[in-house]
Amino acid sequence: MLVVVDLNRCQSYGQCVFAAPEVFRMDHAETLEWDYRPGAAEEGRVTRAVHACPVRAITVTPEVTR
Amino acid sequence: MSRTERVVIVGASLAGSHVAQELRRRGHTGDVVVVGDEDEPPYDRPPLSKGLLRGDRELELPILAQPESLDVEWRLGTAAVGLDRAARTVLLSDGDSIGYDRLVIATGRRARAWDDLAEAPLVGVHTLRSIEDARRLRAELIQLSGRVVIVGAGFIGSEVASSARAHGVPVTVIGRGRTPLDGALGERVGRIAMGYYRRAGIDFRRGAAVVRIIERDGRLAGVELDDGSTLDAEVLVIAIGSTANVEWLQDAGLDVDGGVAVDGSLRALDADGSPDPRVFAAGDVTRWAHPLGGGRLLSIEHWGTAVEQARHVARTIVGDEQQEPFAELPRYWSTLFGSVVKSVGMPSLGDEVVLVQGSARDRRGVVLYGRAGRTVGAVALDAPRELVFFESLVAAGAPFPPDLAVVDRDGTASLVPAAASFPARRSARPNAGDGGVRGPVAAQPAAAAGAPT
Repeated sequence: MLVVVDLNRCQSYGQCVFAAPEVFRMDHAETLEWDYRPGAAEEGRVTRAVHACPVRAITVTPEVTR
Repeated sequence: MSRTERVVIVGASLAGSHVAQELRRRGHTGDVVVVGDEDEPPYDRPPLSKGLLRGDRELELPILAQPESLDVEWRLGTAAVGLDRAARTVLLSDGDSIGYDRLVIATGRRARAWDDLAEAPLVGVHTLRSIEDARRLRAELIQLSGRVVIVGAGFIGSEVASSARAHGVPVTVIGRGRTPLDGALGERVGRIAMGYYRRAGIDFRRGAAVVRIIERDGRLAGVELDDGSTLDAEVLVIAIGSTANVEWLQDAGLDVDGGVAVDGSLRALDADGSPDPRVFAAGDVTRWAHPLGGGRLLSIEHWGTAVEQARHVARTIVGDEQQEPFAELPRYWSTLFGSVVKSVGMPSLGDEVVLVQGSARDRRGVVLYGRAGRTVGAVALDAPRELVFFESLVAAGAPFPPDLAVVDRDGTASLVPAAASFPARRSARPNAGDGGVRGPVAAQPAAAAGAPT
């Protein structure tokens, strides 16, 4: 899956980091970084992160597999 | 507008890929062709100056769209070289020409090159715009022991300085102004950025310019400054702004000087100022008039603007709804030296500033910018949640200075405004960092502010 975060919307609540710590991380207190293409094993946690974000800053797009 | 029309999008980055995605999301069934001059699939540029350069993780492309997952024809690694609006065709670098019913210009910008091109391609000299640039720069930073010199103290220069410093090497930033980020934030607020630099141990040369790149054995050895001094350098990053990728449009009869001029429907304007009904533009390549800017066409090089313009264009093409003229509030963020700077509106239009929340001493809070008694922008320093209320003041053009029942402010600070102290404009081109708002003055050599994300 592909993950994009709108960092204009992001207000650094960090709920995504709690939900999917292998995908989202805070560099210092308030600056979010993430894996743009996490592995399929992270799908459940990433979905929880999408819903946990209070400002709905995270967009996930499925990939097609061949 | 019709869902079956053939849409050609020139530019496969943030804006171009979002137009394609939004067209399909809204049920557009006509052909969609995306032309991109880079070989990579669409990818996000903001990480290129940040974590990717720090090198503490594996280098991965910050991919935005998987080409095969969209019913779109991708022509990657191919540049557009001409546009014939009468014949409705785009000429490509491989000699092919493709016809369109609707065209979207989304070719963005490139890093402004060093003036003396003979000096530019030396090993060790970099600009930063593409993933290729970032890979090359990162590879050098990782095995570096000498000094990094960065020309330009705008957002790109500052973010690169922050990432370079993470490698534990000396970093010198050459800035034209008295503080870093003076073009974007003004000198008064720029003093806070100066605090970030100082805390990180960055050597900042204010009011300075590089006049010559010094070479030894075919590679970079250092730079000479305008005061006659020299600096050793193992890596040099030129971060002096950007240039719109509009050369391919020079014979198309459109107003493209400094960027593609567009109207409220994001249609490209021709030389007479009339919109071409079939040609749109979105993203960094555009010059457009936000109401805050008083009708002036400005280049707003923000991530959020690119995405919102792309969606606006797609909605117009599909013809779902009658849309208001595009007037999204400009917004940006930057992460640097462990801090986050967020902005809403057009701070660089402001003459005065007021710290409405937080503490300058703590380098944290919200600053409002005002002009002629109205609020024109807000900047939040390490205060990402606090900006929300102040956005509404900017959107409304609320009276400035504000009369607020305030929370969390240093009790000794007052709501009496101070001068924002933006530098006088450096070039005749409406561009970058300050949004091109302050009017032309004579061009000066070397460093200019880089563009915020």
